[in-house]
Amino acid sequence: MRALGRIHPWSAVRHVLLLAGALVMLIPFIWMLSTASKPQTEIFSSDLHLIPYHFALWDNLKIAFAKADLWRYLLNGLIVTILIFALQVLVALPAAYAFAKLRFLGRDVLFALVVFCILIPPQATAIPVFLLLHKLGVLDSYIALVLPFTISVFGIFLMRQFFKTVPDDLIDAARMDGISEFGIVWRVMLPTAIPAVTAFGIFSVVAHWNDYFWPLIVLNSEHLQTPPLAVAHFRNNEAGTNYGPLMAAAMVIIAPLVIAFLFAQRRFIEGITLTGIK
Amino acid sequence: MAEIGIRALHKAFDGADVLKGVDLTIEDGEFISLVGPSGCGKSTLLRIIAGLEPQSSGEIWIDGANADGVRPSARNLAMVFQSYALYPHLSVFDNIAVPLRMKRLSALERMPLIGRLMPSRRRAERTIREDVERVAGQLEISPLLKRKPGQLSGGQRQRVAVGRAIVRQPRAFLFDEPLSNLDAKLRVHMRAEIAQLHRQLKTTFIYVTHDQAEAMTMSGRIAVMIGGELIQVGAPAAVYDDPQDIRVAEFIGTPKINAFPARVRSDGRLEALGHVLHATTPSPAGECRVCVRPERIELGASGLLSGTVVHLENLGSEAFVHIGSAGMNAPVVARVNDPSQLPAIGAAISYGFAPEAIRAFDASGKRIATSVPSRIERPREMAIV
Repeated sequence: MRALGRIHPWSAVRHVLLLAGALVMLIPFIWMLSTASKPQTEIFSSDLHLIPYHFALWDNLKIAFAKADLWRYLLNGLIVTILIFALQVLVALPAAYAFAKLRFLGRDVLFALVVFCILIPPQATAIPVFLLLHKLGVLDSYIALVLPFTISVFGIFLMRQFFKTVPDDLIDAARMDGISEFGIVWRVMLPTAIPAVTAFGIFSVVAHWNDYFWPLIVLNSEHLQTPPLAVAHFRNNEAGTNYGPLMAAAMVIIAPLVIAFLFAQRRFIEGITLTGIK
Repeated sequence: MAEIGIRALHKAFDGADVLKGVDLTIEDGEFISLVGPSGCGKSTLLRIIAGLEPQSSGEIWIDGANADGVRPSARNLAMVFQSYALYPHLSVFDNIAVPLRMKRLSALERMPLIGRLMPSRRRAERTIREDVERVAGQLEISPLLKRKPGQLSGGQRQRVAVGRAIVRQPRAFLFDEPLSNLDAKLRVHMRAEIAQLHRQLKTTFIYVTHDQAEAMTMSGRIAVMIGGELIQVGAPAAVYDDPQDIRVAEFIGTPKINAFPARVRSDGRLEALGHVLHATTPSPAGECRVCVRPERIELGASGLLSGTVVHLENLGSEAFVHIGSAGMNAPVVARVNDPSQLPAIGAAISYGFAPEAIRAFDASGKRIATSVPSRIERPREMAIV
């Protein structure tokens, strides 16, 4: 009782509220894990229980891998997200460098346009981009999945804010040493901006790994499908109402992100606070 | 080794004139300091010489060739920055090697993976290693070569920055307030080291500083810049002793020179604080200021002027007495060579100065000539202190 008495009432309320919030966030994942571990009979039973009476996770996984080519979908997701991120960096870093450190006519107007572009939802431009890709004849390919996302205005904005904090002296020193402007971007700015690039990388990879809308529009071929699409497909055609294997497949598909996040966790938080204070 | 010429240089930023027509010739092998208060345009001038900033008009000549439009690296000048500007992700060795790699390796050889396979790169790397190690030995930073800049102290970073500058054997060195971020003790030490480095390398040094003590102690000539103009260029002693403008007189020397409100009488004699001084000037009658360095103020009963002691600064080897006087905005500062002989705060005190110590400036701040009449009317008042 004495220990409890020392806890400030507001502090207790605060923690209860935070725990409730965390629970709301976690329940879908817990439910997914729970369903993935239950046999079909338990999923539709009337009593609510999280821990299955018969642990059926391995069976569900086996069915999931047997019914759909999950490895292929994971590989597609990997190819697409890595390609998108690499191209985004290739475009965003020089652009951000120019916006942050070079003086040229109309720079501020152009940058205002970039910021404005953040406000445009991707769905708004989906149909024109779709038509453009159709004209180019690249629908239903990796190109269609990657090309529309190579210019990330968010990436340009994020990196520009970070580059603003790099001292001008460093760039001048590089110029005195004979490094070209592009050389400065890759040899000087990129290494100093690794935390920001990592943070941007996580945003980018998570967004495009989980993207459902765009792959659904541009893809027909089974072998090109990305993980979220695969799961959805799974439900409609392959597994039917068989939720156990479906949830097991969903688990497999988010696993790479969770594992990557656990590894990059420190960098991720570093990157966010870094962009937060500047 | 280069002579650097600056011809009618103008620079405007957003309509504001930063440099208003600067002309200066820097001799080959000279150590010149550009000194002035912050915002006077000295750093801008240095950046224009380096090629990091384009001028609005005027020319820069390096070794008899016009340098306009020549890229900074092609000018072959080296610069040491106030913040040292070391590459934070590279080791000390790589920091010093960067200018050499940029100069001696081709773009292909510098490529991360392909470059390593090329035998020509291996040969070049060997000579680069030798050069970096030689410079590191010279600056006594050999044990630090594997460290990152973040693991170094301010003085060590400074040495690395100097190492990166000297390794490429540039035609001239540009220093942009390189000692400002160091603590006072280290600054004095590095001052001596940089002067020593200049004697060793015998290359042109252009040194920008707002600290007149740095300029006075290190350089062969100092160029005082105020408000975008070069006010006076000359040997430190000459600028100190013979300032041509009251702004130069006030900027050079610590504590600041004492400026007494004065006027030139119609008979040519100077009059300060209502006392007629034993000095004449050919300038027309009118308002002026009479300036006297603290070490030329003499305290003693026979002084012409009087006031009360308001503050004492005892530095051990010498002391400064601040005297509040009627008619003066700021206290008069006098140097006392023997700190054991200090008056008490609040004591009334008389002081004066020899007429030879007077540096007079007209109402616009320009120096006016003064002379001491040859006929001595009365014995010098200041003989006894």
